[in-house]
Amino acid sequence: MDNLLPKKVWATAALWFMVAMYGIPVLWFLLSSFKPAGELFSYPLTIFPKQPTISGFTEAWTSFDFSRYFGNTLIVAVSATLITIVTSATCGYALAKYTNWWLRAFTICILATTMLPGEVILSPLFLIVRDLGLYNSLAGVVAPSVITATGTFMFRQFFLSVPRDLLEAARIDGSGELSSFIRIMLPLSRPIIMTLAIMSFQWRWNDYIWPLVILNDPKEFTLQIGVASIVGAENVNWSVLLGASVLSMIPLVVIYLIFQKYVMNADLSAGLKE
Amino acid sequence: MVESIPRSAGRAEDTPDRSGSRLWPRRPRRRSRRGHRYTLVPLLLISSNLALFLLFFVWPAVIGVGYSFTSYTGVGSAPFVGLDNYQRLLNDDAFYAALIRSLIFTAAVVPLTFVAALSAAVLLVSPHSRGKPVARVVFFVPWLISPIIAGVIWRWIFGENFGLVNYVIMALGGEAVPWQSNANLSLAIVIIASAWGNTAINMLMFVPAIKNVPAAYYEAASLDGAGSWAKFRHITLPSIAPTSFIVILLSTLGAMKEYALFQAVNGGGPGTENNLLIQYIFTTGFRRAQVGYASAASFVLMLLLMVIAVVQLVINRRKDS
Repeated sequence: MDNLLPKKVWATAALWFMVAMYGIPVLWFLLSSFKPAGELFSYPLTIFPKQPTISGFTEAWTSFDFSRYFGNTLIVAVSATLITIVTSATCGYALAKYTNWWLRAFTICILATTMLPGEVILSPLFLIVRDLGLYNSLAGVVAPSVITATGTFMFRQFFLSVPRDLLEAARIDGSGELSSFIRIMLPLSRPIIMTLAIMSFQWRWNDYIWPLVILNDPKEFTLQIGVASIVGAENVNWSVLLGASVLSMIPLVVIYLIFQKYVMNADLSAGLKE
Repeated sequence: MVESIPRSAGRAEDTPDRSGSRLWPRRPRRRSRRGHRYTLVPLLLISSNLALFLLFFVWPAVIGVGYSFTSYTGVGSAPFVGLDNYQRLLNDDAFYAALIRSLIFTAAVVPLTFVAALSAAVLLVSPHSRGKPVARVVFFVPWLISPIIAGVIWRWIFGENFGLVNYVIMALGGEAVPWQSNANLSLAIVIIASAWGNTAINMLMFVPAIKNVPAAYYEAASLDGAGSWAKFRHITLPSIAPTSFIVILLSTLGAMKEYALFQAVNGGGPGTENNLLIQYIFTTGFRRAQVGYASAASFVLMLLLMVIAVVQLVINRRKDS
């Protein structure tokens, strides 16, 4: 009993040390974004802005086509997420509930896509998407990015855990295979759908290299390309850059805060099942 | 509900009759009907994934390998040049530099991410720590932040003339550190930023794995007088080995293809010192339009990733046995 207290102290101290390591950079960044341009570099540095201002945000919003970038990114993230969920759920279900040699082979193929990321086949992929007429279009950003081994396997593992009896009972009831999938299995997998939705939204919202390759017209730019163009400038305008960066983070943070429990619970409950 | 009752009741009436009179002729027909259904349905279910897989994975991989034997520039004809691209690659210092830099980056970032994610997970599962709800959210924020923005954040903190870190160092009487103009320090920042950004998702894999370790093991070890470290070393670590393997494998593959973070932290600089493999492929393929040559580099990277994956699999197998 005596050594319980020190243990508590050590564990808590270590946890909060890590919280500081992960939180301080973001906090410093957020606080800096409220500083006027002159204060950003004036020594001594202060933690809190002396004259808080939102000029960085407004300047970023007006000097770049930010509303358009937001719209484009939103279109990409939402449509990619919807398609990802449909393809992953159907494919994961097939891989879990049916046995065919070619399904097993396809499982291995899907697994191979994790080993060989899309970046490796960047130039040939670009040529294919270009030849499909999707160069410089948001559809070209979405199409190659929707198959994901992670998503497919999340559904596969989930459907493997659904008792076979449930499916057999539906079959005996005369329910067609597809209708039992849509009416019974899909609603059951709601937690997986939510988790994959957040993950997919995050992937596509934060994508950089593929949109950069496929989009040429500034009208079609996504947020990440927009922000990167400010970073790449000869003289970085930090006030605008900080404002733009913070703005680009807001939608994801809001979505995460709303759906937080799904991200955390999905895996935690999977752990508790056994 | 109401609908299903008469239907199943009707079935129940039918069944004895069927099985009684026509057991043999019925069975094969039924099986074949089922077999047919179970080919078509799963095929339909995987069709979208299969089509996308063939179109955006197999096809580019195949033509990529094909292009690597040509001097294709993205337009016009693709003259066959045999192994020229590979020979050029073997003598290309810039390629070697990018390859070595990528390997250094990976060798540093994978263990760092692993230790950080595992520590975070252990502390979040530990019954002794306080403040877990806050910690959980804070640990997750870096995962939400894109590599580009994460790069901006760390570039801001490690600015040479204005950064927080240099300010603190100078306030403590030290000298300003050239975080941007020294290639190794610049790489170190990307390593920190990458580990910082990838901790949460790996932590999420460790948490359930740690929770799954049977409590009885720890109780038995406590009776034997084992300390916390001994328990962690001899119970937790071996029990979560499969998860550790996945984390290491995925982190390695992820690190080998890092690009956006470098772009935002230092643009691959100073100069071209921190141009990693993907940036090298990107620059040759798109900026210089040497599609054939870039495809050869991609193919070498592909082989490299496969070798890494296979080696890790073999090591993992050997450990298991």
